[in-house]
Amino acid sequence: MSASSTTVTGTRPSGRVQLFLRRLRGGDEAAYLITLAGAISVLLVTALLVVELYQNSGVSRRAFGWSFLGTSIWDPVAGKFGALPFIYGTLVTSALALLIGIPLGVGAAIFLAELAPPRISDALTFLIELLAAVPSVIFGLLGIFILVPILRSAEPALRSLLGWTPLFQGPFYGVSLLAGGVVLSVMIVPFIISISREVILAVPADQREAALALGATRWETTWDVVVPYARKGIMGSIFLALARSLGETMAVTMVIGNDPRIHASLFAPGYSIAAVIANEFTEATGDLYQGALIELGLVLFALTMVINAVARVLVASTGKEGTA
Amino acid sequence: MTRSAIRAALAAVLSIGMAPAQQVLINAAGATFPYPMYSKWFDEYHKKFPNLQFNYQSIGSGGGIQQVTAGTVDFGATDGPMNDAQLKEFRDKRGCEILHFPTVMGADVPVYNLPGVSQQLNFTPEALAGIFLGTVKKWNDPELAKPNPGVKLPATDIVVVHRSDGSGTTYVWVDYLTKISKEWETKVGRGTSVNWPVGLGGKGNEGVSGQVKQTPNSVGYVELIYAVQNKMAYGKVKNAAGAFVQADLSSVTAAAAGAMKEMPDDFRVSITNAPGNASYPISSFTWLLIPSKIQDATKRKAITDFLQWMLKDGQNMTEPLAYARLPQPVIAKETKAISKIQ
Amino acid sequence: MLSLTGLCTFVAAGALVFILGYLFVHGASSLNWDFFTKLPKPVGESGGGMANAIVGSAKLLLLAALVGVPIGFLGGVYLAEFGGSAFSSIVRYTTDLLNGVPSIVMGIFAYTLIVLPQKHFSTLAGGLALGVMMIPIAIRSSEEFLRAVPLSLREGAMALGASKTTAILTVVIPAAKHGILTGIMLNLARVAGETAPLLFTSFGNRYWSPGWEQPTSALPVMIFTYAIAPYDDWHQQAWSAGFVLLTLVLAVNVVARLMLSSRGPAAR
Repeated sequence: MSASSTTVTGTRPSGRVQLFLRRLRGGDEAAYLITLAGAISVLLVTALLVVELYQNSGVSRRAFGWSFLGTSIWDPVAGKFGALPFIYGTLVTSALALLIGIPLGVGAAIFLAELAPPRISDALTFLIELLAAVPSVIFGLLGIFILVPILRSAEPALRSLLGWTPLFQGPFYGVSLLAGGVVLSVMIVPFIISISREVILAVPADQREAALALGATRWETTWDVVVPYARKGIMGSIFLALARSLGETMAVTMVIGNDPRIHASLFAPGYSIAAVIANEFTEATGDLYQGALIELGLVLFALTMVINAVARVLVASTGKEGTA
Repeated sequence: MTRSAIRAALAAVLSIGMAPAQQVLINAAGATFPYPMYSKWFDEYHKKFPNLQFNYQSIGSGGGIQQVTAGTVDFGATDGPMNDAQLKEFRDKRGCEILHFPTVMGADVPVYNLPGVSQQLNFTPEALAGIFLGTVKKWNDPELAKPNPGVKLPATDIVVVHRSDGSGTTYVWVDYLTKISKEWETKVGRGTSVNWPVGLGGKGNEGVSGQVKQTPNSVGYVELIYAVQNKMAYGKVKNAAGAFVQADLSSVTAAAAGAMKEMPDDFRVSITNAPGNASYPISSFTWLLIPSKIQDATKRKAITDFLQWMLKDGQNMTEPLAYARLPQPVIAKETKAISKIQ
Repeated sequence: MLSLTGLCTFVAAGALVFILGYLFVHGASSLNWDFFTKLPKPVGESGGGMANAIVGSAKLLLLAALVGVPIGFLGGVYLAEFGGSAFSSIVRYTTDLLNGVPSIVMGIFAYTLIVLPQKHFSTLAGGLALGVMMIPIAIRSSEEFLRAVPLSLREGAMALGASKTTAILTVVIPAAKHGILTGIMLNLARVAGETAPLLFTSFGNRYWSPGWEQPTSALPVMIFTYAIAPYDDWHQQAWSAGFVLLTLVLAVNVVARLMLSSRGPAAR
């Protein structure tokens, strides 16, 4: 329906178009289109990223198929490549990081959200969030010159304490899966703390008050009521930290030992997906070698994508339902 | 007023770092083996010709081969000569030949960090093969104890350090091991990147020497100058004639002497395990990889001029850095070959 | 229990203090004028500095900002002002996806997209990799601060007869500009420390890098290169560089956070 009723000739634009043009001149449509362009750019860039990764890993994907994920040989001379040692190293270091980081992080989050006086809590949170801003290469720098020597001197103690498990056996050189895991834990702790603290703070006051009214102590309230209520969000923060640790490159490269083999012991050197790409990409001679490294990048991307998705769902679902 | 100010600001921003028109930046990448030599050469050459900058990135011979083939650098460098398959790949991708130009000779030495042992160790070929295959696991293994009577070797585990990147230094090392050990030849073979049976990886000669320096009871292989500059202990190696020889200018030069008779036209030759009483068995040439067709005339002239300089004045700078100068017949042959660069 | 959780907190907070302190002790003492003004020396010779790395990092950040900030800001405005549809959810999901891409994969992306076709490493490729990394955070933070502007301000503008665009430009964005600016600062500080995407895009340069089409040195890459080498002099320079980098990054973070907390998002 034409908004302007004075037009008669068929060469005039129709009503919808006229409305559009009026809004365009008024600026509304322009704003919409320009910002829409921004939004679409994001989609385009991401799509381009996936396409580039997929296409450039084609040589390797066609050569190895799905067995790429299960093969543990990495032999550039023979042209045989498999992702398993790197997937293993990535998962082991991240698992170790979580093992150290979760108790530390959740404990600190509880302290900051529930137990500390507000001024101290704010100041400490400020400091801890700054830790998240420290670049990865700096962690690597400290890892090489401080952490690895410390681990070397702590090795006898660790061995006597935990040497009965296959996890702490075998020779230890300093650079190792253990060192990688410890460095990662320091890097992901601020994320766990920051998000868990917010999630715990967001627990409604009436939950706490109800528990206290029923005679629970401060700690019982916190541990038995508040934290379970927030547990989905805390889980979400853990998954987010996991996603972050999977992709960490520099700090891990500098302390993991760069050995593309699977060892049971944490004392042994290892290799992560990000580290092998960083070390070998510029010198991957031949299309198959380079394709294999790009395929590793694709695997890492897929892994972080899945974990991130789970994290989002968990963080978003906190507070939506009352979980007792 | 503001519009011209904006334009001026934009122009200023766009020219950040813009050098004067005649600055020529030539990008190169490759071997870490000769990096100390090349960085000295390019620095001296830049002092001579301030408008020429040779930006050499030491990323490993594998990187040099890969990047020059991809065309992302103007020339490459390697101590493991390109094999026929790689030559073909270059020809297919770039439509011209890749030329090898030897620059200096150097040596791979077994560098080690053994607290409590101050004497220089002797390594036999069997010991080296065993260590890197993982069959010789402890420092006091008979293979190590026999050639080192009188040295108190500890019963600790040997920490092996190798290269994690594609390396010509590796190529030289495994080329030697392939020649002296059947087991190595069948199990691992030769290449710039191999499937190491044991050990930690370090990035570049720098990374391996750094790792060995930091790790007690470790052994690795690095180019001689890295061991010397960092005051690290390195061992003597038994050569084909049966003598324990230390890597230095004369023993490396002696190793090259035998190869002179059979120097092929493309300069790709291996001098490991060379005959001769005084030869150091793990010596090698190192090469610049230069495409036979260089489009940019300024760059072509800069590169060919540099090669001429390198073969004359450059050779006088090699000895303080413990690299051996090229034998005269090689220099003569190379000078002629420069004309192949079009 | 108080003490246990308190201990956890102090360990976490203490880590930062330790890192800063250690870098200060090791890095600040050997900081001299040479570090900021000289080029690197040949391998094995002591002395030299990282002047080209500092300028290189600055150029990379400039380029990253030029790429990341406009797209991120416009996308954020779209989501905040015109959002609500299924399309917006797709955009948000994709933003999160992009955010989760590991930095090394970003480097591969820039390499295949720019370095290979152009046949050389460049500041451009490095800047683009960093810029794409900035986009998701820029979108999210812009959207958040725009949303935080109270509806009453928007409605007031509309009531006065302003079109949507005028309302956005003259009322909403100015009200949120504080937060958006600090968001940009934090974003820049984050990518300033990124090393992995630069390894095979901007590559490295021992000299000054003219223009945007040549490889360039960058501060985080120098730290990496020097740290894994055996030369003690290089280690010393790595500490100094680490100190400089960390100080800059933390300074920006502290300033930004203080700005954010001193003024609430709805303050006039």
